[in-house]
Amino acid sequence: MICQGNGFIKKFNVQGRNFSHAGIVSTKIKEILEEIGIAPAIIRRAAIASYEAEMNIVMYADHAEVILCLSLSAINITFKDKGQGINNIELAMQEGYSTATDEMREMGFGAGLGLPNIKRNADKLDISSSPGKGTTLDVTFYLNGKK
Amino acid sequence: MNNSHYYHSIRIEEDKCNGRMKCMHVCPTQAIRVRNGKAIILEDRCIDCGECITICPEGAIVPLTDPFGELSKFRHTVAIPSPALIAQFGRDILPYEILNGLKKLGFDDAFDLINTCGQVSFAINEYLNEHKGPKPVIFNSCPTVVRLIQVKYPSLIDHIISLNVPREIAGREVKKQKSAQYGLDEKDIGTFYITPCPVKMLSIKQPAEKGRSYLDGAISISDIYGPLLSAMESVERRSYKKSLQNICILGIGWAMVGGISRTLRLKNSLAVSGISEIIKVFNDIEQGKLNHIDFIEAYSCPQGCVGGSLTVENSYISYNKILKIVERLEYEEIKACSDIRYIRKLFAQNYFSMKRKAEPRPLKPLDSNLAAAIQKMREKEEIYESLPKIDCGACGSPTCMTFAEDVVKADAEITDCIFKLADDYKLQLESAKERRTDTDDSNDKGKKEEKNDT
Ligand SMILES: Nc1ncnc2c1ncn2[C@@H]1O[C@H](COP(=O)(O)OP(=O)(O)OP(=O)(O)O)[C@@H](O)[C@H]1O
Ligand code: SF4
Ligand SMILES: [Mg+2]
Repeated sequence: MICQGNGFIKKFNVQGRNFSHAGIVSTKIKEILEEIGIAPAIIRRAAIASYEAEMNIVMYADHAEVILCLSLSAINITFKDKGQGINNIELAMQEGYSTATDEMREMGFGAGLGLPNIKRNADKLDISSSPGKGTTLDVTFYLNGKK
Repeated sequence: MNNSHYYHSIRIEEDKCNGRMKCMHVCPTQAIRVRNGKAIILEDRCIDCGECITICPEGAIVPLTDPFGELSKFRHTVAIPSPALIAQFGRDILPYEILNGLKKLGFDDAFDLINTCGQVSFAINEYLNEHKGPKPVIFNSCPTVVRLIQVKYPSLIDHIISLNVPREIAGREVKKQKSAQYGLDEKDIGTFYITPCPVKMLSIKQPAEKGRSYLDGAISISDIYGPLLSAMESVERRSYKKSLQNICILGIGWAMVGGISRTLRLKNSLAVSGISEIIKVFNDIEQGKLNHIDFIEAYSCPQGCVGGSLTVENSYISYNKILKIVERLEYEEIKACSDIRYIRKLFAQNYFSMKRKAEPRPLKPLDSNLAAAIQKMREKEEIYESLPKIDCGACGSPTCMTFAEDVVKADAEITDCIFKLADDYKLQLESAKERRTDTDDSNDKGKKEEKNDT
């Protein structure tokens, strides 16, 4: 993790399967970045990626801890969930792949675009998962150029 | 405090304000603070929605609109009433009565803005058909909505429709026609918008798009209501049915939320009113949840302009009056709008286009230096964590979070929080005691230690 010493760290909790609070954490992250004065284009990318990651937690996990960590050079966000995990990450990363239920599709999710969208918007994305236990996404956005 | 100066349509009369903080709690952008028992407005945060005007029990927050006397400054004056004016009177009063009543009041002429609204509705349809940019397209007639985007949602600026608003088009056309007709200069023609809200006054004095306005002033519906009511008594009556024949259904819809989408029969549009509702929808747009929607009709006031803070009639009643007119026109298939082919021609000639775009006006970050901003953010979190988080407002800031921010920005002292003041007082008491016990014999030392443990 890049964020140590003189950075800013904040932890959030996301409750899985609770659609009534869905999107709140990504909105808070966006507001913090705005208050700190991060460039709007970077905020936009970070907001979209956080939203997709948060929604995946809401849909496929039980609970997660989200850690925002901001240093002079980068924004790093980790989404560490406890839940079903992902069996085949390579497959999950493919556009159009989704295991969303009919109910989720009814709400407008399940196009299988979330993870690819995170990858497209982030400067760096690490995913690890143990099936049956949970998934961790580590997303980084560089503040000085790169992408 | 802020060097960029924003003109606002709202002013607090200090001697009337008794610091009850109702305005501070109702403000949707946290733009009000109470300092030394008086409310103040933070200019860069205010979006002129007028919620504070409506809620203040002392009437200490006043809108800046133009007095009637301004008319004498022009050689020829034209009233351009908002469609919401029609909704203020009983069922029998229709645009015909209103326009004639305004002339009796002293205007040389009165212009039927409803017809222009109808033209712009057609233009919106054309615009949406051609639109290739980001979706949904956001409606721009309510200046508060545009200001909300400038201040809090700068990333949505490109969603704002780039068509001019009917009142400005009307102002422009009136000036052109009348100056030609009377051989006068355009600036001798006074164009006065009859407004349901103070923010439209602001959009005349300081347009979001930084251009100039074709309107010379705004007169509040509440100021003109009484005189207009008496003036209309001497207007020769026509039958209700006959007066209906001249109303463009697409235009009358502009007075109420959802009216444009309904009369245009848009399939994929949303209509929202009320700032807190709009904020929810804008969050969804930012998160990409509404890409499938074509058009968002958003009004700051509840029920649309019929609920403007300078209107007189209860907004449910006025909404209903507009709705009934729309239903009647639909039923009787009355089509008094301009010819669509004519509008298409005008549209192609950019008659409706907005030349300039609204510019983002984001709030200033905690500090312009990144390291300092991060440091302040940490301090702000620390302060916030130490507060009781009950948003009581006694400190003069609307929430514990805004208070923490005010302290970090040095706009407030930590002891302005009554809980902190109490802690501070206890601390002083303890240390005073300590000093005393140090000099005393160690008699009550045990007691003191016990206390320190808790
Ligand atoms: N945190 C997670 N825990 C368990 N499974 C996950 C998690 N995130 C993603 N997945 C799996 O990966 C698949 C693809 O995810 P992705 O976000 O790309 O699409 P989606 O969520 O199905 O649809 P969309 O994001 O377009 O609404 C999901 O259907 C799900 O099976
Ligand atoms: S909704 Fe209409 S009346 Fe209310 S602020 Fe906006 S423009 Fe003015
Ligand atoms: Mg997803």
